[in-house]
Amino acid sequence: MTTTVETTAGASKAMVLNMGPQHPSTHGVLRVILELDGEIVVKALPEIGYLHTGIEKSCESKTYSQAITLTDRIDYLAPLSNNLCYCLAAERLIGLEVPKRAQYIRVLLTELTRITSHLVWLGTHAIDLGAMSVFLYSFREREEIMKIFEYVSGQRMMTSYFRIGGLALEPPPGWLDRVRRVVESLPGHLDEYEDLLTENRIWIARTQGVGIISAADAIAMGASGPLLRGSGVAYDIRRVFPYSSYDEFDFNVQTQTAGDCYARYLVRLAEMRESIKIVRQAMEKIPPQGPFRAEAPGIIPPSREEMKTSIEGLIYHFKIFTEGFAPPPGEVYQAIESPRGELGVFMVSDGSAKPYRVKFRTPSFVNLQSLPRLCEGRLIADVVACIGTTDIVLGEVDR
Amino acid sequence: MESQELDKDSVVRKLRSWDAQAVSEVIESRGETTVFIRREYIRRVAEFLATEPSLGFTFLSDITSVDRFPLEPRFEVIYHLLSLERRERLRLKVRLPGNEPVIASLTPVWPTANWHERESFDLMGIRFEGHPDLRRILMPDDWEGNPLRKDYPVEGFR
Repeated sequence: MTTTVETTAGASKAMVLNMGPQHPSTHGVLRVILELDGEIVVKALPEIGYLHTGIEKSCESKTYSQAITLTDRIDYLAPLSNNLCYCLAAERLIGLEVPKRAQYIRVLLTELTRITSHLVWLGTHAIDLGAMSVFLYSFREREEIMKIFEYVSGQRMMTSYFRIGGLALEPPPGWLDRVRRVVESLPGHLDEYEDLLTENRIWIARTQGVGIISAADAIAMGASGPLLRGSGVAYDIRRVFPYSSYDEFDFNVQTQTAGDCYARYLVRLAEMRESIKIVRQAMEKIPPQGPFRAEAPGIIPPSREEMKTSIEGLIYHFKIFTEGFAPPPGEVYQAIESPRGELGVFMVSDGSAKPYRVKFRTPSFVNLQSLPRLCEGRLIADVVACIGTTDIVLGEVDR
Repeated sequence: MESQELDKDSVVRKLRSWDAQAVSEVIESRGETTVFIRREYIRRVAEFLATEPSLGFTFLSDITSVDRFPLEPRFEVIYHLLSLERRERLRLKVRLPGNEPVIASLTPVWPTANWHERESFDLMGIRFEGHPDLRRILMPDDWEGNPLRKDYPVEGFR
């Protein structure tokens, strides 16, 4: 890739430095071309595309159900959020109503996903800025939640657990006890992190007043999620455009007004506590018995029992897994609040069994655009803090 | 629910009363409003929607494109707008002919459009006039072809 940078500083002073794509604190394969005047960043130019895998193009050659496995790999730190967004879009295209029980289980698992994602962000952000122990602690807690994902879906990361119309499987017995155990220990662990960081002088020096973005700038740059809420805009899709029964849950949209790295740190920590609140409510709401997916012959696969004993079941099973199903022509834009912000799926159907076009509006891609605004005019060491605070996942940036 | 419906109408009504020529078609489907805009009006429509205080579409969620090959007009450029105050989404659509996929850039109106337009340029081959930095973003700079076009194979040789 050849990129030329037009220098704005005097030729004798300016120096161009390539940061990445193999740099540990770019969280993957991000490359930032920095124009430096001494230690001051004059210009930052993010270069992306090193992890482009053509997921949108691949979706066009898969059936609607097959493409779910690809969505796991977009934001690999929050696969269940991606599954949810994709499935909601497909369900709206078809006009499927998902049973309440499945909706609550989805809410519970996506909130756990938000916690795991924020834990990874917290650990890596802290290690980037020199606080090693937080990284070890947060990954310890994350592992406990990953074990729940493994127990429920069979996979730690590439879950593909949400399917069009509901869930892949009935959750195994006793899973809620495991969730309860984790959720009971989490608030104490969050206090531990706060003890280590919130009033830590080095942490404050590295994050407060660093990477400031105003509310107006954040909106103009299309920023969403904690990057927008840290600047004081209370835009949370779970509240503004509720999906999957989020309107039945009681939680607060967390905001801060400073718009710096420290404000976004506070927002994310508070969001984890809100997620715990939502998980607790979901545990109360989930009925022990009931359907885990919708009744829609020809779209939802029949149960094993039905497939083995009835001819219709066998035919539907065969047709769904060989040909797929064809939603009516049309298009939908479905957005959800992923851990990183507004995750949108724009899905176009031409009436065939494969999506005509799927576009993933990923929050990392859009939020990364704000990076130059965050770090220009500041020290080069702050670039690391600014990359960390945008919480990008390169799989999602490049798709 | 009913008041929401009226609100949605009012965006379209305001747009039509501002310039009746700009809007060619309005589709309501699955609770979403799609407004088709004639190509030469898109920049002015965007400015109107973003700056008109009673509408306030200050947030551009997404720009994307669809290839309808072999139909004509071949390309659709799609804008997803959001009004934070009105809590309302709006989809704009512009149809572009296959032999001349050119449209005005909206980066001056919404700075976030920059990378979205570069992506559509890269993957779909749509040119955005007036874009400050129109070059490939995901594919290598020396790549040939636009992968998301329908005449571009999923595997094998181009």
